Amino acid sequence: MTRIMSTEDLIPVIAKLCMDACYHLSDNVIGALKAAYEKEESPYGRDTLKLLLDNAELASKEEMPVCHDTGMAVVMMEIGEQVSWVGKPLEEAVNDGVRKGYTEGYLRKSVYLDPLNRVNSGDNTPCVLHTEIVTGDKVKITVLPKGGGSENMGTFTNLVPADGVEGVKEFVLKSVLAAGGKACPPIVVGVGIGGTMDKTTLIAKKALLRPIGNRNPNQYYKELEEELLEEINKFGIGPLGMGGRVTALDVHIEYYPCHITSLPVAVNLQCHSVRQATIEL
Amino acid sequence: MENRTIKMTTPLTKEKIKDLNIGDIIELSGVIYTARDAAHNRIKENYENNRKQPIELEYQIIFYVGPTPAKPGKVIGSAAPTTSARMDKYVEMMLKQGITGMIGKGERADYVAELCREYGACYFLSIGGASAMIANQIKDVEVVAYEDLGTESIKRLKVEDLRLIVGIDSKGRTFQEEQVKKYKISK
Ligand code: SF4
Repeated sequence: MTRIMSTEDLIPVIAKLCMDACYHLSDNVIGALKAAYEKEESPYGRDTLKLLLDNAELASKEEMPVCHDTGMAVVMMEIGEQVSWVGKPLEEAVNDGVRKGYTEGYLRKSVYLDPLNRVNSGDNTPCVLHTEIVTGDKVKITVLPKGGGSENMGTFTNLVPADGVEGVKEFVLKSVLAAGGKACPPIVVGVGIGGTMDKTTLIAKKALLRPIGNRNPNQYYKELEEELLEEINKFGIGPLGMGGRVTALDVHIEYYPCHITSLPVAVNLQCHSVRQATIEL
Repeated sequence: MENRTIKMTTPLTKEKIKDLNIGDIIELSGVIYTARDAAHNRIKENYENNRKQPIELEYQIIFYVGPTPAKPGKVIGSAAPTTSARMDKYVEMMLKQGITGMIGKGERADYVAELCREYGACYFLSIGGASAMIANQIKDVEVVAYEDLGTESIKRLKVEDLRLIVGIDSKGRTFQEEQVKKYKISK
């Protein structure tokens, strides 16, 4: 059965997702920050986490952005294969939604139209849109406003197969260490292993969508996540790099099959301001 | 907290900041200015071409910040520091023109600590991402230059008890480095 949907209907929906993501941290994130506060031993670190929790509460109450860097909007859509669109082209409608959300929601306009000639688009478009065709007739939309502080600390490398899991660990740890306090820890570390370069970085970003505390269902990767989390929290970087026990809230790994000669790894970092909003239509 | 909380008022002369120590909590009141990458770049062009700067820099504090637009009835939207390391290359040029402090987030290149020592300046840490709360410590905003840069324009802010931590003091010591060492667990 074909389900007819209008792209125009997406505009207000996406606008609201942009605003909601920027104003309200989820219960999952608040819970993780509270747990970090309990665990933190450094007085400066604890003080910082307390301020972040107070800030999140204030932002939500006042409907103000939790963080002033409301990012470039990453929009991920899972579109059921039975859906047939009418109305303007999908990408145009999605950008209309982003424009509306960032303008009417008083969010920051942080997008340059050209990376070298650097002219602001004025309305935070275009977004980065990822679409995936899935079974069924539903549409799932996630908006992930991604600030520069943590995004700019992302890394990618092509290891050789002989580097193995030790090479992967070393690369992930090195990336987190280099980011230090600049990525606004406590962070969520998204790791993509395998695929081709494009796929590796995409699954590293998708790893950030998994709720904090949820592990990879594969036992091997689950244990790797736990080991990396423990190692990262030994660095002492702490909240906002002020020193402390909690540098990462979690490590999420996604993997994908890869070529016999390859072992690509990508690390995408998410700052403490974990802003995401999702809807299923 | 291990350190003192000190109330200070701008302008911060070298004399006023020379006894600050890393880790001191400062509650700053008075006028400060915003500048980020694009504004620093223009200040640098002026400097190199002996053109007049749009603001007097002597004894001023520069806040690396780009706020969100203000909602109706508010003086400013959300505001918190951006990553200071991107401005490292401009620090010496700014110190030469007399600024005495910078406010931002995150670690800086080693030479910035050295420059703070040489010029008797400080780097203050603010809390990255605590933007709704910091906005409440900003009482007045006026764009004073480069309006075309939008969020990156130079703004004069009037702050009240803006909460900061001394990240690099005028002796060239670095707070974050010291703290991280304390909590690092070696293999
Ligand atoms: S890294 Fe995150 S919390 Fe820090 S300034 Fe950027 S968006 Fe805000």
